[in-house]
Amino acid sequence: MSEQERIQKQRTERASQPAPEVTVDATKGDQLKADLDDLLDEIDEVLEENAEEFVRNYVQKGGE
Amino acid sequence: MPIAKVLGIETEYGVAGGPDFDPIVASSIIVNAYAQRGHTRINWDFEGETPGVDARGLANLTSYAPIVETHLANTVLTNGARLYVDHAHPEYSSPECRTPLEATLYDAAGEEVMRRALAVANQSLDPSQAITLYKNNSDGKGNSYGTHENYLVNREVEFTHIVRAMVPHFVSRQVVIGAGKVGAETEAGMEGDPAFQLSQRAEFFEEVVGLETTLKRPIVNTRDEPHADAERYRRLHVIIGDANMSQVATLVKLGSTALLLMVLEERGAGVFPGLPRHPVDAVRAYSLDPSLSVTVACEDEKRRTAWDFQDELWHLANDHASTRGADAVAGAAEVALVLAQWREMLDGVRDDRAAIADRVDWVAKLRVVNGYRERYDLSAHDAKLRAIDLQYHDLRPERSLAQRVGLRELHGPEAIREAVHNPPTTTRAYFRGQCVARYPDQIVAANWDSVVFDLGSGPLRRVPMLDPLRGTQHLTAKLLETSATADALLEALDR
Repeated sequence: MSEQERIQKQRTERASQPAPEVTVDATKGDQLKADLDDLLDEIDEVLEENAEEFVRNYVQKGGE
Repeated sequence: MPIAKVLGIETEYGVAGGPDFDPIVASSIIVNAYAQRGHTRINWDFEGETPGVDARGLANLTSYAPIVETHLANTVLTNGARLYVDHAHPEYSSPECRTPLEATLYDAAGEEVMRRALAVANQSLDPSQAITLYKNNSDGKGNSYGTHENYLVNREVEFTHIVRAMVPHFVSRQVVIGAGKVGAETEAGMEGDPAFQLSQRAEFFEEVVGLETTLKRPIVNTRDEPHADAERYRRLHVIIGDANMSQVATLVKLGSTALLLMVLEERGAGVFPGLPRHPVDAVRAYSLDPSLSVTVACEDEKRRTAWDFQDELWHLANDHASTRGADAVAGAAEVALVLAQWREMLDGVRDDRAAIADRVDWVAKLRVVNGYRERYDLSAHDAKLRAIDLQYHDLRPERSLAQRVGLRELHGPEAIREAVHNPPTTTRAYFRGQCVARYPDQIVAANWDSVVFDLGSGPLRRVPMLDPLRGTQHLTAKLLETSATADALLEALDR
């Protein structure tokens, strides 16, 4: 297969792959608000008990 | 001429705990925990690493080239990624991917690698020494660590044109892809005593263009280390990005940037909006303004909000994709997904934040911060709010807030599990990952552009991979499948 054909084939293959659907429906805003309230009801069980100490102890060296 | 936008993300994870609370020890334990589970023990090969080379083509004596630490834990995974200790952080550098959606998958696979490493490491540690990992970019005390994107760019494009074209995007894209931050931590950032910023990283940027990544961080990094044929390719090393927990945000970060680089390659820098007169001030001012109303003066005499910049850039990318296509970035369906999500997120941050709180990290985080603050009537600087910020990025499933705010997934757990082990099929990462999986005992080292074999007799054999688009499944699967041993593989390559 020539380089050109191969590129064409790859393009065709890529284009024919279905992309995942991301849809948004109208009731989503209300649902999100309810979900946020639920999360806030339970969040203290997820958050570290001693927030002050937890935050203070999180010290990183710079990176990159 | 546009070239295939091969791309990937490298992420330094925040690390806490471990023996003596030493971050280098903790990072090494994480990397070794993963490597010693039998996934791979193959070393990284530093041949070809030249992080001090400057894309502007001149030696800048005031610049400090990054130091490459060769003594720390460093390994290559069967999915083609690199897992290692960089300074005092465990880092996952994704394999080279062919499209933004694929790179998003391999970024998510990196999170899963870290989660697995964390679980293995903590099994062997006393609970008082347990390690924790965070996919974020700062500690809230003035220390930042990076999430860097890499894009393959045609060498024909002048570096000054990259700066001219991309600075508007790099200063403004935080309105849709910022990860959000409670408070500020640098002298400049703390001046206005902000309650919340769009970006983790914005306040750490001090220059427009430069070689450094650890001090005087530049909006456009000039590191010129293509890990490929330097006559044909550049690797644009983008250091001004936040680590995203939202997969859709990662997709839009990579997709929007790749599309704009393609526009640059095809149409030149002249079609891009005018630069802010003071880009460093602009990136900081935009980050400090969740109302999105701050404007900055630009070189074309206009004033623009970050939103205005993104709107213009979206139109530039969209017009190009709809008239000339965007094969260099991805297939038509994927490009359409990137453009649709970018548009929805952009409109959403201005008009309807609830509608995009499942995709825009800073909006998702801010909703929890504000909800908690209002419920308990807290001050803007309450430690609880900073804990929410930190735990948004927490990799421990039982402590993660990102896992609880309803972020939309593009790739489910099964696809991510596959990507933890298997390389992308359409770049040289395929050959690297397959070699590591098939011939682990004969490989002594590997890096981005070569694999080094030791066949037990004779000299070490280096197989170069200077073209990121060779070594694909299409080109090498048959060769690999018919080569039962590394000897057979090298023999076949010699033929």
